[in-house]
Amino acid sequence: MTNWQHFVATFFNAAVMAKYLPDIIDGFCLTVGLAILVVISGIAAGLLLAVLRAFGVRPLNWLLIFVVDLFRALPPLVVIVLLYFGLPSLGFEPSAFGTTWASLSLVLMAFAEEIFWAGITAVPKGQWEAARSTGLSFLQTLGAVVLPQAIRLTVPPLTNRTIAITKGTALGSVIGLSEILSQASSGVSFSFNPSPLTLGAAAYLILFLPVVIAGRWIETRFAWKR
Amino acid sequence: MSNPILEAPILAAPILEARGLHKHFGPLHVLRGVDLAVAERELVFIIGPSGSGKSTFLRCLNRLEEPTAGSVVIDGIDLLDRRTDINHARQRIGMVFQSFNLYPHMTALGNVTLALRKVARRRRSEADEIGRAALARVGLADRAGHYPGQLSGGQQQRVAIARAIALEPRVMLFDEPTSALDPELVGSVLAVMRALRESGMTMVVVSHEMGFARAAADRVLFMDEGLVVEAGPPAQIFGAPQEARTRAFIGQIQRHSS
Repeated sequence: MTNWQHFVATFFNAAVMAKYLPDIIDGFCLTVGLAILVVISGIAAGLLLAVLRAFGVRPLNWLLIFVVDLFRALPPLVVIVLLYFGLPSLGFEPSAFGTTWASLSLVLMAFAEEIFWAGITAVPKGQWEAARSTGLSFLQTLGAVVLPQAIRLTVPPLTNRTIAITKGTALGSVIGLSEILSQASSGVSFSFNPSPLTLGAAAYLILFLPVVIAGRWIETRFAWKR
Repeated sequence: MSNPILEAPILAAPILEARGLHKHFGPLHVLRGVDLAVAERELVFIIGPSGSGKSTFLRCLNRLEEPTAGSVVIDGIDLLDRRTDINHARQRIGMVFQSFNLYPHMTALGNVTLALRKVARRRRSEADEIGRAALARVGLADRAGHYPGQLSGGQQQRVAIARAIALEPRVMLFDEPTSALDPELVGSVLAVMRALRESGMTMVVVSHEMGFARAAADRVLFMDEGLVVEAGPPAQIFGAPQEARTRAFIGQIQRHSS
């Protein structure tokens, strides 16, 4: 066997791949579902926190900044492990899926809040003044004038951060969540062949390449008309 | 029985009255007791060196700045009264800014109709109609669908004026409306302001456009160090100022502009 044949038989073993493809597909579907949930809840919670912060209530903002900094500082894996093994001692037994979803949502929420907040503060003060001078309330100004501009500014950093955190779904494998990586590794263990990992990598590419491309498209789409 | 018609001094009552306005920014005492009464249809011009408090004073008139002390009554509404709905009151006070402050994510028409829909609660079709009429008044009927980035500075400022007049304000405040414009674009904005004045709009203008002040103002206020130093018709302020500080300021400006 030449080196090349050996390489193909190891990483692209058709028989092994065919055997474990259904498992990888299961993992893929679970990862997609989890990723969508994380993106929705994480970004929505982050936006909500940024809006709350805009009200400028001091004690509330201190609490908010503390929570945000906490989840920005903790590695996502630590959050997952802490929740999964810590919550049962409080009499609450979360599923692996629920834990991974909640943990990644909290982390995405924290980063999204910072990004949205940066966007809100980047909108010139004159925009607030112009809107308020025509009689719009604080919330109307925020909703109709400031947030649409802030969100456009935040699309590029938010897209990057969202992709980075959504890839953290692979961390769920640590607590036995049968997502792509976990399915691939158990395939490797049973077959003594790394081809399932190749399949897993392909599954991640299929999942995230469109997201990356969509992010690029959104960036150009959201540029001001000139 | 008294005769209400004879007694009511309706015409004499000012539409805008500021009394004893003070404003502190921390240790800075920016306004030190400014009074101004503006009659309906009057155009009052405010001039003064930078840092004199003229812009701060103007911004106190719609509470974009919160005065530290004093009173502001516009169209019978006490703006500083806690019970006053400031968002409602602001519909009666149009404001135009030095840097236009158009919403970049909305078309010219969108800019003009936003408050009509959100504050005046007009239906979209109705708001669009009013908005198009306001854009026509500033000579930009054909630019309704353009975004601010696609308009010149002068056009943007005219859209900003349309945005304010669409709400049918009783008073218009102009904060250095032409200072950010290239010289060749100033004329179009001044022309709109002149037309607005001819339509009977009450206006308070902070600006250095002396030519416009001379031609259009009823009264010119010279402010320095947070106080009104001198007030009078343009002929007096520009031709024969009574105060030494006014003379020095006018002299400086005329040297630079000639």
